[in-house]
Amino acid sequence: MIPATFECYRPKTVDEALSLISQYKDEAKVLAGGQSLIPMMKLRFARYPVIIDIGGLDELRFIKEEDGKIKIGALTKHREVEKSELISSKIPVLSYCASEIADIQVRNMGTIGGSLAHADPSADFPPVMLVLEADVVAKSQNGERTISVKDLFVSVFETSLKEDELLTEVQIPIPDNNMKFGYKKFPHPATGFAVVNCAVGLKMNGNTVEDIRVAFGGMTTSPYRDYELEEKLKGKELNDSLIEEVSDSIGEGKDIISDYYADADYRKHVAKTFFKRLANELRGS
Amino acid sequence: MEISLTVNGEKHTVDVPPNTLLVYLLREVLNLTGTHIGCDTSSCGACTVIMNGKAVKSCTVFAFQADGAEIITVEGLAKNGELHPVQEGFMEKHGLQCGFCTPGMLVLAYELVNTEEDLSEEKLRKALKGNLCRCTGYQKIVEAIQYAKEKV
Amino acid sequence: MGVVGQPVKRKEDRRLITGYGEFLEDIKLPGMLYAVFVRSPLAHGKIVSIDTSEAENYPGVVAVFTAKDLEGKVNDNPVAWIVPDSNQADVKRPLLARDKVRFMGEPVAVVIAESRQAAYDAAELVYVDYEDLPAVVQADEAVKDGAPLVHEHVPNNIALKWHVKGGDVEKAFSEADRIIKQRIHIHRAAPVPLEPRGAVAKYNPGKDKLTVWVTTQNAHIHRFLLSVILNEPEHKIRVITPDVGGGFGAKIPVYIEEAVVSFAAMQLKRPVKWVETRSEHFVSSIHGRDFIGELEFAVKNDGKILGIRGKNYGNLGAYYSTISPGCVTVLHGLILPGTYDIQAFDYEMYGVFTNTAPTDADRGAGRPEALFFLERMVDIIAQELGLDPVEVRKKNLLPPGENIKTVTGLVYDSADYQKAMNKALEIADYEGLRKQQEELRKECRYIGIGVVSHIDICGFAPSKVVGAVGLQAGQWESAIVRVHPTGKVTIVSGASPHGQGSDTTYSQIVSDILGIPIEDIELVYGDTDAVQMGWGTYGSRGAATGGTAVAKAAKKVFEKAKMLAAHFLETEEENLEFKDGVFIRKDNPEKKITIQDVALQANVAWNLPEGVEPGLEAEVFYDPSNFTYPFGTHICVVEVDPETGQVDFLKYLAVDDAGNILNPLLADGQVQGGIVHGIGHSMYEAIVYSEDGQLLTGSFNEYALPKAHLVPHIENHYTITPSNVNELGVKGIGEAGAIAAQVCVANAIIDALKPFGIKHLDSPYTPARIWKAIQEAKQNGGNA
Repeated sequence: MIPATFECYRPKTVDEALSLISQYKDEAKVLAGGQSLIPMMKLRFARYPVIIDIGGLDELRFIKEEDGKIKIGALTKHREVEKSELISSKIPVLSYCASEIADIQVRNMGTIGGSLAHADPSADFPPVMLVLEADVVAKSQNGERTISVKDLFVSVFETSLKEDELLTEVQIPIPDNNMKFGYKKFPHPATGFAVVNCAVGLKMNGNTVEDIRVAFGGMTTSPYRDYELEEKLKGKELNDSLIEEVSDSIGEGKDIISDYYADADYRKHVAKTFFKRLANELRGS
Repeated sequence: MEISLTVNGEKHTVDVPPNTLLVYLLREVLNLTGTHIGCDTSSCGACTVIMNGKAVKSCTVFAFQADGAEIITVEGLAKNGELHPVQEGFMEKHGLQCGFCTPGMLVLAYELVNTEEDLSEEKLRKALKGNLCRCTGYQKIVEAIQYAKEKV
Repeated sequence: MGVVGQPVKRKEDRRLITGYGEFLEDIKLPGMLYAVFVRSPLAHGKIVSIDTSEAENYPGVVAVFTAKDLEGKVNDNPVAWIVPDSNQADVKRPLLARDKVRFMGEPVAVVIAESRQAAYDAAELVYVDYEDLPAVVQADEAVKDGAPLVHEHVPNNIALKWHVKGGDVEKAFSEADRIIKQRIHIHRAAPVPLEPRGAVAKYNPGKDKLTVWVTTQNAHIHRFLLSVILNEPEHKIRVITPDVGGGFGAKIPVYIEEAVVSFAAMQLKRPVKWVETRSEHFVSSIHGRDFIGELEFAVKNDGKILGIRGKNYGNLGAYYSTISPGCVTVLHGLILPGTYDIQAFDYEMYGVFTNTAPTDADRGAGRPEALFFLERMVDIIAQELGLDPVEVRKKNLLPPGENIKTVTGLVYDSADYQKAMNKALEIADYEGLRKQQEELRKECRYIGIGVVSHIDICGFAPSKVVGAVGLQAGQWESAIVRVHPTGKVTIVSGASPHGQGSDTTYSQIVSDILGIPIEDIELVYGDTDAVQMGWGTYGSRGAATGGTAVAKAAKKVFEKAKMLAAHFLETEEENLEFKDGVFIRKDNPEKKITIQDVALQANVAWNLPEGVEPGLEAEVFYDPSNFTYPFGTHICVVEVDPETGQVDFLKYLAVDDAGNILNPLLADGQVQGGIVHGIGHSMYEAIVYSEDGQLLTGSFNEYALPKAHLVPHIENHYTITPSNVNELGVKGIGEAGAIAAQVCVANAIIDALKPFGIKHLDSPYTPARIWKAIQEAKQNGGNA
């Protein structure tokens, strides 16, 4: 199919882009790699009078280490994240997560900023970014601010970015060496998107949980950190029965996505299973 | 919008509306019909082309995003009538039946044999996630790409 | 040694791997317009009004047609299978919905514009007012009293009912130790070729000639039915098949879109092109399967099956598709006893209308559903009786032989089911697998082993037989073998390959008979002005029926060449030896003539024997004496993760017997592709409608065609039991993989679940369904 007609701007600098974004506001949509946006436009589920293609902003394409953080420019392709030696040496879970996204062609075009700004509840990055406690940088003509990823996802395809803001960078604190991370996804066989995905970060002190972070995707309209679950484990001695016991609360009280392929019960069950498996793998049993 | 791009070594400057997808530019403006359209959800990969050295789905790229790019399509794989090893592989190993998905498979294979070291069956099957084939069951496509890897 | 039986590389490949295939979407004609259909968003509704004015005024729009514009000018789309003694309801499909829409996606209007973009844009501006009607989507719901009626004149939505009875059923059931019953729903899926459907129509008013390029498996059937629909004489229609990107049954039917585009081209006197999007494909191309069987098997305690009783509700969708009545009856019920010696049979088959897209042939067409029922039942019987499933199969297999008459009246051409089964069991080390399964269960790991003995009805077909069971067509096949003056050969076949590689296999056949290299031979097909009447490619008929016609034509050519060679070498035919394309006098080997020279002489005709016609070609119309029945045994081993329901493949092994194999490379390809089709249908692919008839799996975002990493490596093996039906001894191998694999995977998965007390589970075998089944079984006291 063919997308509905639109006007297109191709800014050469971030400043130029911000000026266009502030000029057109909700009339315009920012196009990064387009791997989520273009399919929606083709099916005409989405149509916009104005497209601002930021693909030419090479200044937003970088992976670097600075101030104890890995900083990734918003236009960095998934495949670049996946193949980055810096990332695989400092945050291997992120390389793995990137390698799980869709397929090679999509990873060759799709960008990390585009993916996060798209806020698909079933995307790969969000749970991993949540347990890595990443921030994104949002720029507008009025300046720039940092948004914690936990505050970024509002609902399906909806973020806390303001309409004149552009997501320009992702910043990930390089984790403590003693904290181990894992990521599991139950991919929908048609799309590779998560029916359920789960990321866990675990820091043990002997048999005791010193720190733990758990996040889920595919479960509700937004990926989320499960702080309640984390609190139940912190400072506790980790054993099978505790893991079993705390996992019972996963998804409880939440409005879990349910469809013909996987209903809410099943999603909750998979989330529990993934959490248990990751907790066991990361504690080394 | 005026767009300049190089396709299979040939430079083109074209004027197309912004909503033109790269696949339509290739097929309908440049008459390179080897690149196919098998779906409307960026799922099947029949439209895969190489853009600046990387395999992309040309149905999910606007033509303007390819402005200034070097594109290789299935028509550009063979040089002077000599087949590229991936093409040879598909012929030797019976990696195609109806041939509709084949251009996309070949172009993806072109990137894989050029950039990936490990083309074990398991790796290769995962690398083919973005390309659907209804005829072959994939096994002979895997063999074809492995054959090509040996040759390059 | 000849080339038949050799793994010859395909001649088709070069154009397809260099980007020079010529598919429908590649056709571009001067002045060509584009058609986009406006489709019903509702499953069932009355059309109150259609407002096309805004669309008509949209820039670039040339015409908008609705049912009103077609009235009196065209006929409805007829069905080409009228099952005798079935009370088949008279329902024809309007080209565009009249008064009422009956499934989501049914076309209501068509917009024709100068560009694709304008057509899409304007299609959004056609406003249709509907009055929503209640819908019914499942066949066994649709037959209930009070269910919404899809067609008012068809009570209980029963389109047809066909009954097959053979043997002494009452005796079988009274003598049985046990009667094993099961309801089995084989869920709806779709053939889904990678190339979507499409058509380009061009009309020349000066010649009164309509040319239609269409993605079809059978150009002549299209010409025939388009002629009926359009009131255009058959000789004034030319149907051309470009390269076709897969069919699997989806490109057998004559679709209303193809007829509408033809009508539009005739009205507007400009070429019109329509290519569906993938989303349109899912709402409006045919679907397949969706049978609900209620089966009863009479068995002895030792596993011997005495008889089968039951009925089936086959979901036809909202209208007949071209051959769908046959898919739910003739192609299904007669083969239900499979490879087993079952002497009593009583089976009622219902074809049922529902508010869903029409179903038709989907790689196997009725036979996969039969084998699914049968081989699921055999596993259930084994489980009920505490026997090994292989033991039950072996107990019931028909003995090896030829012309074996079955209880349903079929005659199996040649059989050695034990041989294929034993080979499969031996290679897979079946005993070892069972031991491994036992061991792993102790560790709470659940592997399952599926074994099926499969059979297919192929080589369509003896025309008088298919005529007797209601197909409104013949099923013979034609071939011309034409040797040109330079000794190059054109084969003209009524078959219509679309991935099978018939250009290669037919060339192999001709090359061996005429001693002409295969690169000097080419196949012409799929153009009704270039090809004599023929019936196309489906039902695994390309090799057995099409190939045999080619062999017969080549032999006729050879006989003439030999006669001419004798004439030119001034000797008797008996004094000639033929080797590598050269006729040599036995008594004087210096005297010889190549077949190429014979061809030249035959074509210039300067010196032909008295009464001999010039030229070197022969035409054959071959009507087979019987169907062919390929068979085999497949074994699948899976591991089920009971915590998530996810399935991993550990092994897939296929032993197929398709008689003689023309080209082992291509045979492997057919079997592997078929198996993955079957696996897809078993585990990943599902056409799902909501209760009110909304399609929930309307794109590749929901409908999961199997991907490379989701399917196993397949081990292919063969036994060879030549068919006695044709001189090539071939049976056909296009559908066997799909037929066997769908139930083989089902049996493996359910076998893995046996420790939970699970006896049967309906497909698709998605992790969620498997997990749910385990949970329910646990609640019902299943252990493990």
